[in-house]
Amino acid sequence: MTTRSEAAPPGTDEAPARPARRRGRLVPYWLLLPGILWLLVFFALPLVYQASTSVQTGSLEEGYKVTWHFATYWDALGDYWPQFLRSVLYAGAATVLCLLLGYPLAYLIAFRAGRWRNLILVLVIAPFFTSFLIRTLAWKTILADGGPVVGALNSLHILDVTSWLGATDGDRVLATPLAVVCGLTYNFLPFMILPLYTSLERVDGRLHEAAGDLYARPATTFRKVTLPLSMPGVVSGTLLTFIPAAGDYVNADLLGSTDTRMVGNVIQTQFLRILDYPTAAALSFILMAAILFMVTFYIRKSGTEDLL
Amino acid sequence: MTTAHDHGGDVRLTGISKTYGSFTAVHPLDLTVPQGSFFALLGASGCGKTTTLRMIAGLEEPSTGTVRLGEQDVTALPPYKRPVNTVFQSYALFPHLDIFENVAFGLRRRGIKSVKKQVGEMLDLVQLGEQARRKPHQLSGGQQQRVAVARALINHPKVLLLDEPLGALDLKLRRRMQLELKRIQTEVGITFVHVTHDQEEAMTMADTVAVMNGGRVEQQGTPADLYENPRTTFVANFLGTSNFIGAEVAEVSGDDVILKAGGGKLTLPRARCPAPVTTGGTVLAGVRPEKISLTHADDAGTIPSGRNRITGRITDSSFIGVSTQYVVDSPACEAFEVYAQNIERDSRLVPGADVVLHWNAAHTFGLDAEQSPFAGTTGPAGADKAEEDA
Repeated sequence: MTTRSEAAPPGTDEAPARPARRRGRLVPYWLLLPGILWLLVFFALPLVYQASTSVQTGSLEEGYKVTWHFATYWDALGDYWPQFLRSVLYAGAATVLCLLLGYPLAYLIAFRAGRWRNLILVLVIAPFFTSFLIRTLAWKTILADGGPVVGALNSLHILDVTSWLGATDGDRVLATPLAVVCGLTYNFLPFMILPLYTSLERVDGRLHEAAGDLYARPATTFRKVTLPLSMPGVVSGTLLTFIPAAGDYVNADLLGSTDTRMVGNVIQTQFLRILDYPTAAALSFILMAAILFMVTFYIRKSGTEDLL
Repeated sequence: MTTAHDHGGDVRLTGISKTYGSFTAVHPLDLTVPQGSFFALLGASGCGKTTTLRMIAGLEEPSTGTVRLGEQDVTALPPYKRPVNTVFQSYALFPHLDIFENVAFGLRRRGIKSVKKQVGEMLDLVQLGEQARRKPHQLSGGQQQRVAVARALINHPKVLLLDEPLGALDLKLRRRMQLELKRIQTEVGITFVHVTHDQEEAMTMADTVAVMNGGRVEQQGTPADLYENPRTTFVANFLGTSNFIGAEVAEVSGDDVILKAGGGKLTLPRARCPAPVTTGGTVLAGVRPEKISLTHADDAGTIPSGRNRITGRITDSSFIGVSTQYVVDSPACEAFEVYAQNIERDSRLVPGADVVLHWNAAHTFGLDAEQSPFAGTTGPAGADKAEEDA
């Protein structure tokens, strides 16, 4: 009812003021323009180019032509489904580990850290100050055969369990699935912690008191109040971890073996070594579609569409 | 809800105190809240009233002393094990749950399966039956406040603690909610402990008011008792307004004390002096502004004898509808406040006019002259003085 009276003043404006208003209304679009152009040139166009590449046939010598050869997709899927499966499995395991490690830390930073809060947050981000590759290579040393970590795991008989699960190989950790998952977990942990922290930090501490006052034990308070309220952080954290982890190839390359190749490794090899562009492009699209599908399903399932 | 024969529901605080490092929020205090009463803890912010409330709730651990609910010592119990519920100042409603689930929260935590009927009844009690499936942020402030009350009350606590629950509401709504809360309290018969800084709120709602200042209980009693017989200047100033006249005791005759002040004599009932008075000693003689009548100096002869009188000159007058508030400068007290009902207005009573202030001697109360007459006043001078005093 008040909108009408609020909308009135623009109409009663003096005539000269009008062009200025119109220009004012266009400003947001002008500001958007660089971003849109960037996306168009560096995202939309390459995507279209890749799509066309994926349905081309030919060879390096004779050149490639668009022949709408969709069979490439079926062949790629048929040949490389184990790598796809492995990608989802490793990325999933790394995401779960990140959540298990990251949630308590984010909780600590949000509610218990006090004046240490900013310092811990800086420490969470600190690894980004060094190259991703260097840090992953460092894990090679950490997990090296006969090193202290492997020795400790071995004497605690943890390696027996992981070997039985197929995650490690005898008394080796390097070049096994466990090493790849460890690398993925390590590299993507900050992407889990930061969104978790942001959503936990927004949870009003007085709600904890209110829950306690209403007969909820600390564990129940967590389950019924804190966790549901931090779900937006859990969802965005798992997405930010799972999506890049599923497409990652550096960890599998540096810490794994030929038996731990993920789909990222296949795409990289197809593009850069075998130079089979159609197959590489088709694999990229399949990965993209698979992730989109899983993410949509996940968001629907977690019921957080309105929170994202 | 509470049975008549159950007398063991009093809240008893014994020697309870709270210190944070070197700061003492609450000095050791004893307080008994009788079962079924509406008890108000009244005081300015930082006086320790909320800390006291939180110690009853278990949200704050007392540094010394014990908290008893009836026969049970609950001092060591965490909040979720105490039969006490709180209405928080910020309401603290769970934003992810709808109104129904917010209200059902306490019942579900205690393992009660069929909550539908109880929640429905409780929502009807606070007149929110229609809003059961809404989320807290979709409700107005007053509605959220009622949800907070319903969420606490549904558990039939031994004591309901209210931490300035009306602070966020506008004046009109606050007045309505005060009556509403009072109605609910009468209806359910649960002990209410209400923390507020609003003296009018405390007086309207509570059976018993404890006035707190600087982590101590200054005085406790019924609203009328506190208002008529304040024992400290803080209480006299915090509950309403008071005028104080520094006076010397001229003589003690029978039930009256005769005082010398500003060149005149005042009578003070001996029963209204808290401390024993001796001739030659000093007291602060207090009188409430609304008890005073104002007569123009030319008509001084019409004032009945036996009343206390003081002469002065009006320095300020403000018309506020039901009454006119005058400030009178007199030798006995430099800014005497007088509230006169607007029944028959004397047009001569304007700033600059010489007047006689007079009142029934029985309305005079005496206080220890050792304290600052400004303690508990809200003006900057009062606050400063109070601080110096402390």
